[in-house]
Amino acid sequence: MTQKKRNLQRKYISIIAPILLIIVSFHGLTYGSVFISLPEIWDVLSHKGEPFHEQIIMELRLPRILIGLLVGGCLAASGSLLQGVMKNPLADPGIIGVSAGAGLAAIITMVILPQYSYLLPIAAFLGALITSLIIYLLAWDQGTSPVKIILAGVAINALLGAITSGIMVIYSDRVQAVLPWLAGGLNGRGWYHFEFMAPYAIISILLCYFAIKPANIILLGDDTAKLLGQKVELQRFLIIILASLLAGVAVSVAGLIGFVGLVIPHIIRIIVGEDYRFLLPLSMIGGATLVVFSDTIARSWFDPIELPVGILLACLGAPFFLYLLRRRRIL
Amino acid sequence: MMAAIQTDQITLNLGAFQLHDISLAIPKGKITTIVGPNGSGKSTLLKVITRLLTADHGSVYVQNKKTTTYKAKEYAQTVSMLPQSKDHLPNLTARELITFGRSPYKSLLNNQITTEDEAIINQAMQMTNTAKHENRLFYSLSGGEQQKVRIAMALAQKTDILLLDEPTTYLDMAHQLDVMELLYHINSKYNITVVMVLHDLQQAATYSHHLIAMKRGEVVDSGTPKFLLTAGFLRKVYEINARVLYEEDYPLIIPKINIKER
Repeated sequence: MTQKKRNLQRKYISIIAPILLIIVSFHGLTYGSVFISLPEIWDVLSHKGEPFHEQIIMELRLPRILIGLLVGGCLAASGSLLQGVMKNPLADPGIIGVSAGAGLAAIITMVILPQYSYLLPIAAFLGALITSLIIYLLAWDQGTSPVKIILAGVAINALLGAITSGIMVIYSDRVQAVLPWLAGGLNGRGWYHFEFMAPYAIISILLCYFAIKPANIILLGDDTAKLLGQKVELQRFLIIILASLLAGVAVSVAGLIGFVGLVIPHIIRIIVGEDYRFLLPLSMIGGATLVVFSDTIARSWFDPIELPVGILLACLGAPFFLYLLRRRRIL
Repeated sequence: MMAAIQTDQITLNLGAFQLHDISLAIPKGKITTIVGPNGSGKSTLLKVITRLLTADHGSVYVQNKKTTTYKAKEYAQTVSMLPQSKDHLPNLTARELITFGRSPYKSLLNNQITTEDEAIINQAMQMTNTAKHENRLFYSLSGGEQQKVRIAMALAQKTDILLLDEPTTYLDMAHQLDVMELLYHINSKYNITVVMVLHDLQQAATYSHHLIAMKRGEVVDSGTPKFLLTAGFLRKVYEINARVLYEEDYPLIIPKINIKER
């Protein structure tokens, strides 16, 4: 590919992606068990709509879509950062166990220590952080390889899953309250959840700006980055913390949603290249688009049942993951 | 002799690669080449000098200052290096890659490329004759052109000292000579101290002012190429029997071969 063609692709997708996100968001406002047309939405937004419509839009769909945007953006940003600094095209907070770590910490908080449930995002972040550091240390031996990180992640994932199941059996009387969360979705998420996650999400998304330059230099290889005067180990550590924060925020509200952090950065990378100045923001937009669109489908196609969006995304993401394994000959 | 780099009794044991008590001086403003058989510790020595590896014992001085006392960015403004070209480089254009050479002068909050940076990048491309490729993707360039772009990136660091680990390996002969001519030009015109590891002794002798020979982690010989490159030297360092002839000042190494006896 020539530079000209790639610049053109970067320009096009920088225009198309935000437009697509807006379309998908309005699609989400419109569709559901009750169809509400765009003019009716306009009426609601200008406080002239039917009370019934107003309730559906303002109390149910709008907060849910806003949460979906943040969750998708955070997961995709987390995935694209982890892929860069772990030098692993398959790194995804869901696959390598980072989300499972956040999930376990969240379960412990909700089930065993419910009086501290307001600390859920922080607990999820710590769970994600500790897990990613453990995986990184396990896989580290004079550098890491994609295979080692995946294998360490699989083992950690299994262990964390077992602990989570164990807790749920022991505290089976309290599990009912966390089941919707556990399924990984946006069912029943409202303004309360939005207000609860938004500060963490927005801060971590803004922090991503500072990760762009170091992440780009790390792409040159550790030796080259060090020769350019970079403190590579420190930068990688800080970026892993940021990626854990992003994954933890998403998990604390939406539970375990996998594959967004894998699929989206890959597609964006094919279009705009590896430069994080483009990859990171466009991954966020892409992740937000995917989660909001999938959630709209998950709640409207199977009406009256609301399918958790995590299930739908796993059905889409797992085949994509296998396709990547085949195409890139990683294992 | 003014020394750009001095090492004082460096010892390092990495298992497969070892350095034993290496004390040497690399002259300022000259081209110095480190030669020696595979596994003799040449690359390891370069990595210790550039702080990619830390010696178990001993110290390195660059411009009479202990390397461990330099700050990371300050050091990258003093010494640049081309590692062996096995690092995966991302899919960037030549110019984007060369721009990374300015990183040692940037910080987290102050990372804009100024007109001064642009001028330095342009100069680095002009010195290496890579300006014509600036908008081409690195991977679409030939091996020789890729190497020149990497050299341009190191030059954009504006260092007094440039180290290169086997800069001509994997290149065909024309590109090898091209790179060697370029390094000679960089040294003579801009007075940059060049230190490299090479396998081709004939090229090393032709283009260097100073040779250092290593074997099994030790420095076994050093001096000017004419003085150093003899049949005795080849027997001692490489354990081969060969004659050294000169054709128009270019050394020819004629090994004694035993095809018939097999």
